[in-house]
Amino acid sequence: MLLIHCPYCDEQRAEIEFAYAGEAHIARPPDPSALSDEDWSRYLFIRSNPRGRHHERWRHIHGCGRFFNAVRDTVTDTFEATYKAGEPRR
Amino acid sequence: MSGFRLDRGGRVDRTRPIGFSFDGATYRGFAGDTLASALLANGVMLFGRSFKYHRPRGLLGAGSEEPNALISVSRGPGRHTPNQRATAIEIYEGLTATSQNRWPSLKTDLGAINDRLGMFLPAGFYNKTFMWPRSFWDKLYEPLIRRAAGLGEAPSEEDPDHYGATYAHCDLLIVGAGPAGIDAALEASGTAKRVILIDEQDEPGGGALDDPALWSWLSESLKDLAAAPNVTMLSRTTAFGYYHDNFIGAVERLTDHSAEIGSGPREKLWRIRAAEVILAQGAIERPLVFAGNDVPGVMLASAARTYLHRYAVAVGRSVAVMAAQDSGWRDAFAHARAGVNIAAIVEVRETVTPALLDEAQALGIAVQLGHSVIEVHGRHAVKDVTTARNDGTAVNRLTCDALLMAGGWTPSVHLWSHSKGTLAWDEALGAYVPDRANENVRCVGACSGTWNFGSGMVIDRLPTPRNQAKIKAFVDFQNDVTAKDIDLAVREGFKSIEHIKRYTTTGMATDQGKTSNLNGLQIASKALGRHATEVGLTTFRPPYTPQTFGALAGHAQGALFQPIRKTPIDGWAEENGAVFELVAQWRRARYFPQAGEDMHAAVNRECRAVRSAVGIFDASTLGKIEVVGPDAAEFLNRMYTNPWKALEPGRCRYGLLLREDGFITDDGVSARLARDRFHLTTTTGGAARVLNMMEDYLQTEWPELDVWLTSTTEQWAVIALQGPLARQVLEPLVEGIDLSPEAFPHMAIREGTICGVPTRLFRVSFTGELGFEINVPAAYGRALWERLMDVGAAFGITPYGTEAMHVLRAEKGFVIVGQDTDGTVTPDDAGLDWAVGKKKSDFVGKRSLSRPDIVAEGRKQLVGLLTDDPAVVLEEGAQIVADPDQPIPMTMIGHVTSAYWSEALGRSIALALVAGGRQRMGEVLYVPMPGTVISTKVSGTVFYDPEGARLNG
Ligand SMILES: [Zn+2]
Repeated sequence: MLLIHCPYCDEQRAEIEFAYAGEAHIARPPDPSALSDEDWSRYLFIRSNPRGRHHERWRHIHGCGRFFNAVRDTVTDTFEATYKAGEPRR
Repeated sequence: MSGFRLDRGGRVDRTRPIGFSFDGATYRGFAGDTLASALLANGVMLFGRSFKYHRPRGLLGAGSEEPNALISVSRGPGRHTPNQRATAIEIYEGLTATSQNRWPSLKTDLGAINDRLGMFLPAGFYNKTFMWPRSFWDKLYEPLIRRAAGLGEAPSEEDPDHYGATYAHCDLLIVGAGPAGIDAALEASGTAKRVILIDEQDEPGGGALDDPALWSWLSESLKDLAAAPNVTMLSRTTAFGYYHDNFIGAVERLTDHSAEIGSGPREKLWRIRAAEVILAQGAIERPLVFAGNDVPGVMLASAARTYLHRYAVAVGRSVAVMAAQDSGWRDAFAHARAGVNIAAIVEVRETVTPALLDEAQALGIAVQLGHSVIEVHGRHAVKDVTTARNDGTAVNRLTCDALLMAGGWTPSVHLWSHSKGTLAWDEALGAYVPDRANENVRCVGACSGTWNFGSGMVIDRLPTPRNQAKIKAFVDFQNDVTAKDIDLAVREGFKSIEHIKRYTTTGMATDQGKTSNLNGLQIASKALGRHATEVGLTTFRPPYTPQTFGALAGHAQGALFQPIRKTPIDGWAEENGAVFELVAQWRRARYFPQAGEDMHAAVNRECRAVRSAVGIFDASTLGKIEVVGPDAAEFLNRMYTNPWKALEPGRCRYGLLLREDGFITDDGVSARLARDRFHLTTTTGGAARVLNMMEDYLQTEWPELDVWLTSTTEQWAVIALQGPLARQVLEPLVEGIDLSPEAFPHMAIREGTICGVPTRLFRVSFTGELGFEINVPAAYGRALWERLMDVGAAFGITPYGTEAMHVLRAEKGFVIVGQDTDGTVTPDDAGLDWAVGKKKSDFVGKRSLSRPDIVAEGRKQLVGLLTDDPAVVLEEGAQIVADPDQPIPMTMIGHVTSAYWSEALGRSIALALVAGGRQRMGEVLYVPMPGTVISTKVSGTVFYDPEGARLNG
């Protein structure tokens, strides 16, 4: 079970307090109707799935309730960093 | 009969004799014995039959690495535990143990015919033989194979034991209380660190238990540790898995070793988070690979030393040693000094250090240098062995009743590997040792590979003048894999150890190859002509040793499996005979049977009451979210398909929620209480998911919106009053709300009081009847319910459950998200296009509604089905076809999502998702069922009161 640092609580807590929320930094297009079917499909379905550094979202669902971003190594499962939503990609 | 108890020595308590049984025969041992040591002391050498060939097997080891002696222990109904290692079972008075995988008995096992048919059971045998025809697998091949080559039987009764679980946190966790682990604990005992020291055996000490010279050090050290307030010592506790961030799972066995089961838990699961971990798991000796190395009486030299010193049991009266390592010589010397005759030391190396030769000579032990055992005689026990010079000459027989193997040492890196620490090859050890840590962990003692194992020779298999392709030289004892099986796999083209492992099943037994992985690797490496490091190492995965399901999950069974959520009115329902069902962890009243009623009769009566008078329903489980803030309407407008900004305070709206991919995820009626305040409802099961989704958009997509979301599901008790007389029941109890149809129309909300309690009163209907949903603070829920029952008695008020609710809504064609939709249904598919705001430029999922697949013809659409025989109720989930005569596999064009007996219509009704359904109105479709085909007509989804006249009472 992972230990995850919540950047809002500034605490390292056990994984059971958190919920995974998919890849990070995939902003909802401001005007979806302007997108082609292909571009919209890419937004909906295509994810990077890297071996190594992965930018992903977590929610401290059984804590402060905030969504935040993280960089996790998908090989070692270690967190390189967690940071608040809205902060630039690390 | 070979093994025997020595007159003195050992750590067993000779003042406490213990009686037990094995395969029906009774024996005596001493307190401190394992089943293995006690049986060995009684001369028993035969412990089991091997997995594939049913070969007689004895003990290979003395600890948790034992691959052969798998035993079932029975202690009453439901208390039958198979596949335990005899070396890890502590005896107690009355212990009842049986061997496995033999029929009719251990000595006479008919399955042993497999051994003679060995040429027909090569590597990959199952894959090659039982592939065809496929249909034979489930019914014929698999049961046959399981019976013939199996482990013990699982009990069929419910487990009567209970199990505990706990979390623990510490600064330092030490796994293994051998000399290295104890030293580490002693070092930390003087610090401020919280230390946990765990050990799998009944007695701490590890390797020190096998060495009388260390016993006084051991008892002093344990005294010091017991006195250290910061050290917690857990015995009989196996660290079975090492997980992320120094999270270790361990199982403590509490009652399996005692004659009285007692009232406490049988086992306890420890979930330990440690700042630092020290692994001191020791090393496991490797067998040598030669013909007959599995005959009972052939065992690891270190195991024999354990039996000798710890249990005072000699494994034979005349013991031969087959050594490739100095440690084997030392084990031979230990036996000789204890008075056990050593027949000879056979040493595969041509030379050893003179000190060993001198000591052998001093003890009068014959030595054969540059020799190997090439054959072991005897089937149920060793009778004698044949040795030969490594060049194949000088063949001679050596009389002995036990043969010890010293093939080298394998550091126990299992937990280290779980933690994703890397490994490095140690050429001298012929084994992998810990290299770089991935967690805050280090290995000490033998498992680090730094222990002094003495010198030796790493050899994949012993030389023999016999044809290696014709002899059974075992590598994996538990899965019956021989050296020639690995040779064959390599000849057939397997190159990676992961593939060779799966093809031959080496290391895939319940012992995970503790004694076999390295020999298997070295044989494969030799056969491939590549260095061991190029062949690789198989991955270790938890558990280190097999654990019971009870230990891992038994603390969460029955009522503790998951929390049961109960509404404020649940107690009333229980007292009034409700039959309950679980809905997303909520316990909901399904129906309220009266004397003599079955479910059908009760539901019909409840439905009639709602349609003709008034029914009362506990809707408290509905998910509720309070949406507050200046941008509340804007937020809901973006989330839901419908327009919200124009909704007047005091009015309600049916909201449809999509995922961004355009599929329905939830729905519910929501009310606007004020410009900046909404009372949302969600489905019972969707409450948490919807709140999470809304929080996600609010926090990460539209943080500029000034809105607050609060779950209020459990703050409100909700009582639905439905039926033409609902208003009359309600009217006298309500203050401050005009209930007249003009003042309080359908889909409106009013705030006031009911019976003096503040209420949010909805005029809504999920039945098609005049209806109200009364929200009051949860604590008043039951009192209000009882008051309504009193007042309503004169009107025939009838409590109804979820089953009648389902029927009533289906009669009106109201969908239940998750039942009539399945995550691939769009608003149009469900016939809910009217709920989509056509003029809205955007909402969650809108863009997807114009994707090519979503607008394509022929999508499954929700329709009604009316069976030709009105008495037949379709089965939910049943598949629908257009042509009932089509041969199997038939083209399935949809499935039944809801089906009930409609009391109001006096016939069955159903909802279904059918391809191109709305173009099929009136068409006859078919539902094939076992033994029959049901014909049915496609209809609209609203079966009852299509004009909606009854909403007005
Ligand atoms: Zn937090």
